[in-house]
Amino acid sequence: MADRMDDVELTNSRAPVIEPGYTFGTVTDKISAIVLTRPTSNGWFVGFGLAFLITMMLLFALGYLFLKGIGIWGNNIPVGWAFDITNFVWWIGIGHAGTLISAILLLLRQSWRNSINRFAEAMTLFAVACAGLFPLVHTGRPWLAYWLVPYPNTMQYWPQFRSPLVWDVFAVSTYFTISLMFWFVGLIPDLATLRDRSENRWAQMIYGMLAMGWRGSARHWHRYETMYLLLAGLATPLVLSVHTVVSFDFAIGIVPGWHTTIFPPYFVAGAIYSGFAMVLMLAIPIRKLYGLEDFITDRHLQNSAKVMLATGWIVAYGYGIEAFMGWYSGNRYDSFLLWNRLHGPYAFFYWMLLICNIGIPQVLWIRKLRTNTVGLFLVSLVILVGMWLERFVIIVISLHRDFLTSSWGMYYPTRWDWMTYVGTIGMFLAAMFLFVRILPMISIFEMRTLLPEAEVKPE
Amino acid sequence: MKTTPNYGIMAEFDSASDLVAAARKTHEAGYRKIDAYSPFPVEELAEAIGFHANRVPLVTLIGAITGGLTGYLMQYWMNAVNYPVMVGGKPPHSWPAFIPITFEMTILFGGISAVLGMLALNGLPMPYHPVFNVPRFVMATKDRFFLIVFSTDPKYSPSGTRQFLESLAPRSISEVPS
Repeated sequence: MADRMDDVELTNSRAPVIEPGYTFGTVTDKISAIVLTRPTSNGWFVGFGLAFLITMMLLFALGYLFLKGIGIWGNNIPVGWAFDITNFVWWIGIGHAGTLISAILLLLRQSWRNSINRFAEAMTLFAVACAGLFPLVHTGRPWLAYWLVPYPNTMQYWPQFRSPLVWDVFAVSTYFTISLMFWFVGLIPDLATLRDRSENRWAQMIYGMLAMGWRGSARHWHRYETMYLLLAGLATPLVLSVHTVVSFDFAIGIVPGWHTTIFPPYFVAGAIYSGFAMVLMLAIPIRKLYGLEDFITDRHLQNSAKVMLATGWIVAYGYGIEAFMGWYSGNRYDSFLLWNRLHGPYAFFYWMLLICNIGIPQVLWIRKLRTNTVGLFLVSLVILVGMWLERFVIIVISLHRDFLTSSWGMYYPTRWDWMTYVGTIGMFLAAMFLFVRILPMISIFEMRTLLPEAEVKPE
Repeated sequence: MKTTPNYGIMAEFDSASDLVAAARKTHEAGYRKIDAYSPFPVEELAEAIGFHANRVPLVTLIGAITGGLTGYLMQYWMNAVNYPVMVGGKPPHSWPAFIPITFEMTILFGGISAVLGMLALNGLPMPYHPVFNVPRFVMATKDRFFLIVFSTDPKYSPSGTRQFLESLAPRSISEVPS
């Protein structure tokens, strides 16, 4: 555990991971007070209320969808996948940053992750929940979605395991389950802290039940740490596999622009790119509103910006290879796809995608901008829009003009498409609002390990 | 009325360093049924109280292997034995297509085993535990460090153990009623 000290002491060259002067007690008080003692601000009620209303709009859109069927959307042959799958891939990509921060950075011993992993994991859970909704309602008859699960049935039939769509069911549900467990076991010691610190009988009982009698025994900690490392080790290949499997949904098909081997790595990089953008869009207002600048410091913002810069270039390389292969393959359909992206009816979105994902984020090379919260917030927003456009371009531009001119068509989203998409953003935000109010949004026990006094001096 | 023996005697310390040092001395003094409590994981502590047997990795390994086998055999049996369907000219037993789900099931079972194994080996959930009867113990999840000698230890004696713990210069000493 020597590295945690190095990180704290590197203050002269970089912003610290945690501002000096804190003790175990003050860290605990500061984070738990947000949940236990601080009065809920009016801003919280306004924000949650708005998000809740948008969630209600989602339920309305879904209710009408179940009544009428997916004909209310703009999807039609040849564009059978449109907003729903675009949004699915977008949301699941956003989820990836949470697991990257909590698992991969843990294995790489990047202790700065300790103050952002908790809410990044929560973000993952809610994003995956939003993502899962889309393929479910896209089946058209979501009440039969359980047919995707292999179970003995009177039809005596089984899922067809050579289809990447079935792989997706397993990948996404495994990802959700593992993320949920990772988040929950990470919360157990902090739930015990809340149990012991709350004065309210109900809060004591609820946190107490959730904490399951955690008492911080050395034997328990030892097994806990082993389990946490193993879970991180399992979650690391998992997070890389999930977007890989999502990209298989495309890459296994023969549609021009989908049938490429670069898809898995380029999808995973894009996922992390958009995920970090969402982390910043949440972290910047949260640290400001709750006065947590001492815990989520400029160092965290800078590091996240650097991760975005790096993954952004991997994504740019992916676009480059796609364009290069369109020309180099000599395949007329691939060449046409490239032409259609640059000049076709949806060309505006392709150019916007290049501007949002490759052009504008280059301002992150400027050191000053990486610590300017307003600037970072706006760049993150641009990246999230760009990553959404990327999925839209991949899905709609490829599908709307494939091999036969006679089967070409156009896709236009309807108001129901928009209401469903915007509705999931409301649902995501409503869940985040509830999370910051009722659970510690920063891992208290992991913050304690970062303090200088946590070091055990040799005798 | 017959007095029941205490659950143990607990000493409170201010820092992780003090607790590790005290735990080492207690172990060296021959006490074996001891435990230490800290508000965050302290790497040296498990070794200091003489705890080595950690079976979480084994449980996880067994879970992961079970998951992988379940995943592969499920697909093989369903698609190649019980109801073979020709799709896309691929053989019923197309093993490369079975790899993604085999992998996901390995991770799923391994992860669930790691978490449930940790909880089961730790004896959690356990809402009631005698150490919670010590009023000062609420600080164990904030900034205090505790060491306990259980009354089941062969070397335990109410006065002798208390004297020994006092020699470690703790912040306070409490009897833990059973």
